[in-house]
Amino acid sequence: MTDLPGFPSRRSFLKASAAGVAISGFALAATAQPAPPIQLDQYQPVFFTDAEWAFVLAATARLIPSDGDGPGAIEAGVPVFIDRELTGDFGTAVDWYMQGPHNAAADPLLGWQTPLTPAQIYREAIPAVNAWCEQTHGAIFADLAPDQQDTVLTAMQEGEVELAPEIRDFFKILLQNTKEGYFADPIYGGNAGMAAWAYIGFPGARAAYKEWVGRHNIAYPLGPVSISGDRA
Amino acid sequence: MARQEAKKDVVIVGLGWTGAIMGIELAQEGLEIVALERGHDQNTVPNFQYPNMIDELKYGVRLKMMQKPSQQTVTVRRNEGETALPYRSLGSFLPGNGVGGAGTHWNGLNWRPQAEEMRLRSYIAENWGEQIIPEDMTIGDYPVTYDELEPFFARFERVAGISGTAGNIKGELREGGNPFEGWRSEDYPMPAMPSTWDGVKFAEAAKAAGYHPFPSPGGIASRAYVNEYGMQMGPCNHCGFCERYGCFQYSKSSPQTAILDRLKQYPNFSYRTESEVLRVEMAADGKTATGVTYFDEKAGEEVFQPADIVILATYQLNNVHLMLLSGIGQPYDARTGEGVTGKNYGYQMNGGVTMFFKDEHFNPFIGTGANGFCIDDFGMNNIDYGAEGFIGGAYWRSGQTNGQPIRSMPLPSGTPTWGAGWKRAVGEWYGHAMSIGAHGSCMSYATNHLDLDPTYTDRHGRPLMRMTFNWNANDIRQTQFMKSKMEPLAQSMNPDLMQSSFKKEGAQYDVRPYQTTHNTGGHIMSATPDTGAVNRYSQAWDKHNVFALGAGNFVQNTQYNPTGLVGGLAYWTAHAIRTQYLSNPRPLV
Ligand SMILES: Cc1cc2nc3c(=O)[nH]c(=O)nc-3n(C[C@H](O)[C@H](O)[C@H](O)COP(=O)(O)OP(=O)(O)OC[C@H]3O[C@@H](n4cnc5c(N)ncnc54)[C@H](O)[C@@H]3O)c2cc1C
Ligand code: SF4
Repeated sequence: MTDLPGFPSRRSFLKASAAGVAISGFALAATAQPAPPIQLDQYQPVFFTDAEWAFVLAATARLIPSDGDGPGAIEAGVPVFIDRELTGDFGTAVDWYMQGPHNAAADPLLGWQTPLTPAQIYREAIPAVNAWCEQTHGAIFADLAPDQQDTVLTAMQEGEVELAPEIRDFFKILLQNTKEGYFADPIYGGNAGMAAWAYIGFPGARAAYKEWVGRHNIAYPLGPVSISGDRA
Repeated sequence: MARQEAKKDVVIVGLGWTGAIMGIELAQEGLEIVALERGHDQNTVPNFQYPNMIDELKYGVRLKMMQKPSQQTVTVRRNEGETALPYRSLGSFLPGNGVGGAGTHWNGLNWRPQAEEMRLRSYIAENWGEQIIPEDMTIGDYPVTYDELEPFFARFERVAGISGTAGNIKGELREGGNPFEGWRSEDYPMPAMPSTWDGVKFAEAAKAAGYHPFPSPGGIASRAYVNEYGMQMGPCNHCGFCERYGCFQYSKSSPQTAILDRLKQYPNFSYRTESEVLRVEMAADGKTATGVTYFDEKAGEEVFQPADIVILATYQLNNVHLMLLSGIGQPYDARTGEGVTGKNYGYQMNGGVTMFFKDEHFNPFIGTGANGFCIDDFGMNNIDYGAEGFIGGAYWRSGQTNGQPIRSMPLPSGTPTWGAGWKRAVGEWYGHAMSIGAHGSCMSYATNHLDLDPTYTDRHGRPLMRMTFNWNANDIRQTQFMKSKMEPLAQSMNPDLMQSSFKKEGAQYDVRPYQTTHNTGGHIMSATPDTGAVNRYSQAWDKHNVFALGAGNFVQNTQYNPTGLVGGLAYWTAHAIRTQYLSNPRPLV
């Protein structure tokens, strides 16, 4: 999309605003080439093993399916996002208080109480879920039919797949990370081509709407931009 | 042995809103001052600049501007019978970290308390009799009045650069402002910000219902502005990345935009970052402090910083923690009601209604932290406590702050949380919802308090602070009352769908969802040394050269966001130190 008809361009607006110092950074970003989308089949996971990768591909494909309007988790690159997050500060819980003693079975209202990091939870929970699938459906999760996979995900969400207290929140974490990868800026490996933003009508990192505040009840016309300056 | 630094006149612990205010006010006295800040240094450029700041995952979700629990946190239990467990990852509240503190990433909603809130116990006694106050409700009167503080509220508003429409100037009511607010000596320094569609829709409905809507008062510049320190703000562009973010535009009130660059020009002021204060050290007679010991992150060692005056400006939770660790004030004992430090911990009771309009466009990504319109028709001074059966009140606001899709995705209740149904719903409903929030009071109780945890320690081996907090029936009745009034108003707007979210009887405190970073009390102000930790000048009753600033001073939380009162009290305290203490250091009361 181009700039707003009848309004100064994004760049001249910035120049006129108090953010003068940010101009050079923006101009640089605006001329950057769009990053090529990551091909899922060629992607080499940095955290996940092959078996874990197969699970994450299959599960996220059901959490945000590809059919219908808007991208699915697979087209958005959500598995890449999760893989990268799990090796970073989030996956390793570097910012969190992880000292014991731990009471993983505590009232959920008291928050994160497992001794495990998010990365460790994926590592322990995926085989546990696969074992449950084999027992109840005769195959690991990735090998089930899509409607069976949906049944398993529903069972996980409702707590019917018995998981040890240390990993009981796995479904919640997986779903949260899936949505994060769908809607986060593409620099993190998901939301490929900003297609999830374009789908819902979120303009991404534009962050300048002074001229539209008073345009009540009129849909904003511009598509998204990303932190690295891409447009969609 | 700890390394020792050269003695200073003043050491300020924490360089957020209150630390910056004390720094610049005392620097004008020519005192030698050092501020110690546990976090990193940060400024608009390069830390908050475009486009890197516009990153929901990093700042909105991973909370990279906030206190790291790995460095400092609390433990939480809902009652005495429960074992408190650590607040391991942030949820319910998000304390700040680094230069500017939470003052960098707040919403900017700036309120003064009502005069009645400052003398709540007397106000109730005069109107209904003290017998309507439940036995375990430990509310009181502040030992300082609204009238005394008024010039200091006005000063903070001028420094911070607040936009708004006054409703009461020297007793004269103004059209378009809040008719129920306390009197102001002057108008807001800047006119109110324009509102998005949701706020205007709400204001029209509220007016039709006979209420009194007014634009939200906020530390968000509606035009170019220069304050008394020569600090400049530029007009806000409704970027929609306000709360949880530093402002890339120099538009949001913060220590960075209002104070710090001027403060750094004083040759008698210096500051050190990555310097976490571990305790306040005491003189042999126990009557005064001698300075503070901090951990120098870069050198990896403890350092003693001697000073004649110690200012605690570390945010409510950290202040109370340091006071408990250092023996400032007798620790509060919930069983006997004796002791002062840790008493009257308070929070906020909020609720709201979300409405869906499938054919309307709200463009939710257009917003500021203090966007929209408010009403105060159900505020603390408008409720008949005797008739309604609760003590409290709330202000209501409608005004979108952000449309960041990971966190801000209201969907009609019953929508699947994943799968084809969820995907369809986000496409269908994003941008077609608005909400009204009730921002309500939470009284002080004998049971809600802070002390040291018996089990968990921080990386320096110090006990974590333990928070004992739960919702109380009185405040649930308050929020249920708001529900009964808000739903009909929302209904009058004819939404296609609507849903409410108000706490119900028996609700337990849940640390996971964000609620507010309005933690209050714990080193409350009092008229006598046996009822609070500090006197009316925020001066520790038992250590006259220690001053503790921030919402820890609140006898009970107000129904509003706290910073207008926090800023006003900081200027009030600075004034007392300048005019009464420096010439003759002593207990001021
Ligand atoms: C997300 C969010 C939204 C908010 N929105 C609003 C709002 O709209 N309206 C409103 O009124 N209020 C709001 N607040 C609250 C507001 O930010 C605070 O009231 C205000 O910042 C308090 O000022 P302070 O000086 O007490 O603490 P802060 O500004 O937080 O400063 C405290 C500083 O002390 C440092 N520190 C802590 N411990 C130590 C130690 N041991 N040694 C050295 N340094 C230390 C911290 O790192 C920090 O920099 C919000 C807060 C948050 C987090
Ligand atoms: S909404 Fe306005 S004040 Fe808030 S961060 Fe954006 S530009 Fe700054």
